Amino acid sequence: MTGTDQLANPALYRRRARRNRLAVALAYAATAFGVGWIAVILAVLLYKGIGGLSLAVFTEMTPPPGAAGGLLNAIAGSAVMTLLAVLIGTPVGVLAGTYLSEFGKHDRVSAIVRFVNDILLSAPSVVVGLFVYEIMVAPMGHFSGYAGAVALAVIVIPVVVRTTEDMLNLVPDTMREAAASIGLPRSHMIVHIAYRAARAGIVTGILLAVARVSGETAPLLFTALNNQFWSMNMNGPMPSLPVVIFQFALSPFAEWQKLAWTGALIITVTVLGLSVLARSLTHRR
Amino acid sequence: MSASVQNVQIQLDAPVPAGEAPEILEEKISIRNLEFFYGDSRALKKIDLPLYSRKVTAFIGPSGCGKSTLLRVLNRMYDLYPGQRATGEVMLDGENLLSPSVDINLLRARVGMVFQKPTPFPMSIYENVAFGIRLYEDLPKNEIDARVESALRRAALWDEVKDKLGAAGQALSGGQQQRLCIARTVAVRPEVILFDEPCSALDPISTAKIEELIDELKRDYTIVIVTHNMQQAARVSDFTTFMYLGEVVEFGPTGTMFTAPTDRRTQDYITGRFG
Ligand SMILES: Nc1ncnc2c1ncn2[C@@H]1O[C@H](COP(=O)(O)OP(=O)(O)OP(=O)(O)O)[C@@H](O)[C@H]1O
Ligand SMILES: [Mg+2]
Repeated sequence: MTGTDQLANPALYRRRARRNRLAVALAYAATAFGVGWIAVILAVLLYKGIGGLSLAVFTEMTPPPGAAGGLLNAIAGSAVMTLLAVLIGTPVGVLAGTYLSEFGKHDRVSAIVRFVNDILLSAPSVVVGLFVYEIMVAPMGHFSGYAGAVALAVIVIPVVVRTTEDMLNLVPDTMREAAASIGLPRSHMIVHIAYRAARAGIVTGILLAVARVSGETAPLLFTALNNQFWSMNMNGPMPSLPVVIFQFALSPFAEWQKLAWTGALIITVTVLGLSVLARSLTHRR
Repeated sequence: MSASVQNVQIQLDAPVPAGEAPEILEEKISIRNLEFFYGDSRALKKIDLPLYSRKVTAFIGPSGCGKSTLLRVLNRMYDLYPGQRATGEVMLDGENLLSPSVDINLLRARVGMVFQKPTPFPMSIYENVAFGIRLYEDLPKNEIDARVESALRRAALWDEVKDKLGAAGQALSGGQQQRLCIARTVAVRPEVILFDEPCSALDPISTAKIEELIDELKRDYTIVIVTHNMQQAARVSDFTTFMYLGEVVEFGPTGTMFTAPTDRRTQDYITGRFG
């Protein structure tokens, strides 16, 4: 340090410098704390899960207790229910987000929808599971893949609504005016200009929603339940990766526990991959 | 103010030198008793103004005097925003464009606009221009190609982009983007083109190109340009409107306005004493 004595009030300067160092140190510590836990989680997952990773995991069904097997039916069930959830949730979410940003930006209805959406965004997923149980599983009299997909869709929707609105809000008004200036009707402007400008962001939102639901267990426990066998019948109970992990991890059987770790690793890598993809999409513009 | 508008009429009616045919001025747009409100605040007061066909009219005046506001009335751009409204009459070819029965999209196809900041759409150069054409006309591909080329030529951009029509419009330089926006506007074949400080984000060379372009375009279009640059107003415009605090203080042929303004405030502004 040079020249602090030239300052009008060196003590004040030193105090500020000290406080700055303290704040920086705390920020580093907090970062290390967060990143550290993620590193530990990943390390444990890799350590416990990678041993079980084999071709059989992707080609064989979940085994009965004590036997060898794979996770194929669970992976397929998760994929199908997630896909249907996205197919339901994306249009609803994108349309609602579009209304909030393009049509009803300032009206009362929007303010209410935005508020409710924020609640939904942070609603415990158990509640979502119970809700769908009440409206679908109970009346139908049985668990089903459809109910599972609907429960996941309820979680997808608020994420998509939020990102769609935010991304459309980032499209500058000058772009809307430019579109209007050549006589483009508003609906065309939204579809051809605003969506195009916000595309990467909206797709990112959908990917993040997929990442979010791919680990959800509670809503599926109440809706799709599980199925030990290969089942593509969405009108009946369906297996899913998170529920299988839940069941297997809590079991006393070594083979099941091993498969649970492997399943957890698969989910984590998938979510990580989706997040990285989502990030690269928003950064490339 | 109607007094100064009257002045102009007298000057325009003045005898022209022998041998030259008297120029017939046709009012493309007549603004009558126009008032404009942002919510409750009145931004334009009792505007009366003619805009002549195939002429360039410049709006000048200090910041905040209402130039952009007036310009944005002419294509009803303000309609995009709740709480903004205009009263009075703006006659375009004898039809009041403020009337609620006017189809606003058709109006904007007739009255195009180029903005201060270049605003290319998030698509290719070709698509930026073709987009507006397809909106109103159902043409085969080769005719659209021809229209795109001619619009880009009109905007003096063709030679620079003809080999990369598929490249993103947003990847062009600022000056090129602005010319792309002009091409996009021209492509829909409007009758009037509004420019809101089209050169204020551009370097001198791009500015010169745009000014040449405006000079070129006025053969076919009625042009209105807002500018802060007095030299630019003097260079490109045939008529100049000086605005102050939401009113038109003086309107007249550009030559007269810059050499012999009748209003003290115009004189002060032009000579740089305020604004
Ligand atoms: N969206 C708006 N809401 C409320 N008032 C506005 C809005 N836009 C402009 N105004 C007001 O209207 C008046 C005229 O603004 P306008 O933008 O037309 O000025 P201008 O002459 O174009 O100025 P500049 O040369 O700075 O672009 C100003 O007093 C401004 O504060
Ligand atoms: Mg302005």
